[in-house]
Amino acid sequence: MLDTRRSIETPEGVELGLRLAGPVVRGYAWIIDILVRTAIYIAVWIVFSALGNFGAGLALISIFLLEWFYPVVFEMYNQGATPGKRSMGIKVVHDDGTEVTLQSSLLRNLLRAVDFLPFMYGFGLLSMMFNRDFKRLGDLTAGTIVIYTDKLSGASDIKKMSPLTPPVSLAAPEQKAIIQYAERLNLFTPQRCSELANILEDVTHEKDEKGVQRLLQYANWMMGRR
Amino acid sequence: MNQDSFTEKYQPLWDEFENWLNSRDTDIPKSRRPVSSISVDIPHLYRQLCHHLSLAQSRNYSAHLVEYLNQLTLRGHQRLYRAKSNTLSGFLDFVFYEFPSLVRSQWRLFWLASILFYGPLFGIGYAIQLNPELVYSVLPPEQVSNFKSMYDPDAEHIGTDRDSDDDFLMFGFYIRNNISVGFQTFAGGMLFGLGSIFFLVYNGLAIGAVAGHLIQIGYSETFLSFVVGHGSFELTAIVIAGMAGLKLGGALVRPGLYSRGEALKRAGKISLKLVYGVILMLVVAAFIEAFWSSKGNLDSNLKFAIGYALWGIVIFYFLFIGRRRAA
Repeated sequence: MLDTRRSIETPEGVELGLRLAGPVVRGYAWIIDILVRTAIYIAVWIVFSALGNFGAGLALISIFLLEWFYPVVFEMYNQGATPGKRSMGIKVVHDDGTEVTLQSSLLRNLLRAVDFLPFMYGFGLLSMMFNRDFKRLGDLTAGTIVIYTDKLSGASDIKKMSPLTPPVSLAAPEQKAIIQYAERLNLFTPQRCSELANILEDVTHEKDEKGVQRLLQYANWMMGRR
Repeated sequence: MNQDSFTEKYQPLWDEFENWLNSRDTDIPKSRRPVSSISVDIPHLYRQLCHHLSLAQSRNYSAHLVEYLNQLTLRGHQRLYRAKSNTLSGFLDFVFYEFPSLVRSQWRLFWLASILFYGPLFGIGYAIQLNPELVYSVLPPEQVSNFKSMYDPDAEHIGTDRDSDDDFLMFGFYIRNNISVGFQTFAGGMLFGLGSIFFLVYNGLAIGAVAGHLIQIGYSETFLSFVVGHGSFELTAIVIAGMAGLKLGGALVRPGLYSRGEALKRAGKISLKLVYGVILMLVVAAFIEAFWSSKGNLDSNLKFAIGYALWGIVIFYFLFIGRRRAA
């Protein structure tokens, strides 16, 4: 199955799920970082150009540091995320979900030089296509992955309705599907809600909006709101 | 227990844990960071949270709740299992023990990289003595005449002192240029070692051609007295960068008992340490090159003496330092 979710087992014996970030979102993050970096280059140039050759020396050192260590500094001091990654809601962690260390951050970012070859991250993209964790070459060597970082609240946002027992007994995955449907209702257009609800017409014996209502009531029942 | 009452019962506990996480979260501005009382037993709280997560998973609670608990546990996992950061003593241990003994332990790679680098260097240098025209098949003519004017013993700038600002400009240039070459030589190892081999041979050829040409036209004193000082650190560092790359390449070509991925990770740890050393050596080299080698008004005998002494230091360092770990 195509799935971007990876599980890791913690020392406490519980399975943790990580949602992997793919090439597209990482590409966006990279573009944002390029913009940020360009802004810093310009600022460096303006400040140091006033200082003559001494300033030019400083500028060269700054450019060198930016070229190679910009991602490292942010991954170390900004919880595994460059400004680009931060704004896309992704971050770098180790394969086992722990925070990235200086060693692994350096390794993955020095090897960026190969990922970038032959042009525009060609090898990096190829590598991401050929392993299930979207790892570029640097990630493979450093043992790192890029994951989404979303913070959620515990309370479910399923609309409260009078619960209704489903007319047929539903297996656990089926129940889960209905609950997830109910949770995502506000992400769909009303037409889409009805369209999906109509698939279960044989169970609900209702069409369109009424069918949606029914499913919501089932979901409430499955959530234990009795 | 159904989902809603489960949430209701344990939400305060989760909130307490999240509060603790937030109180340590450097993302949140200090003024808005909550205070967490020290009396909370965090490991216990965390284990309970783990328990709740697996309960929620096995009881098929809604994806939303499982995801929430998952994220909270993940944050706790990352917070509790953090690696310790490096210290000054770690740095000294690296310089005076780990790095030189690591280079020694990888002596096969060291000699392999040395041959790949010095072989073409001396080879082309010698060939140019026999056939001076060869230099033009390695370097473009503009570059050759450039080097010629730089080390011309009759030129005006030889024997006069450079401005210290100019020294600093060159320092910046050497840092950027040389360390980038070192990094490329290392990173090229990911291409089954071929990139590292290419950069070692290529740099060997380029340096050998310049040196051979300048010696052949009789500029050897100005040239050699310039490069002898920093050459010890710079050339050795390039060789070690090549070693680091070949280590990665070797893991891919011949992973041995491990899978390629695992072999690569293991080799990565070792080669990164070599790269740390390369960075340090190249910074030292850039410093010597910019502020010492360029001093044109000094007696060349003095420069040779210091240069040989620096070579002696580098050789001594890799042969003898760190044979026993300092207490």
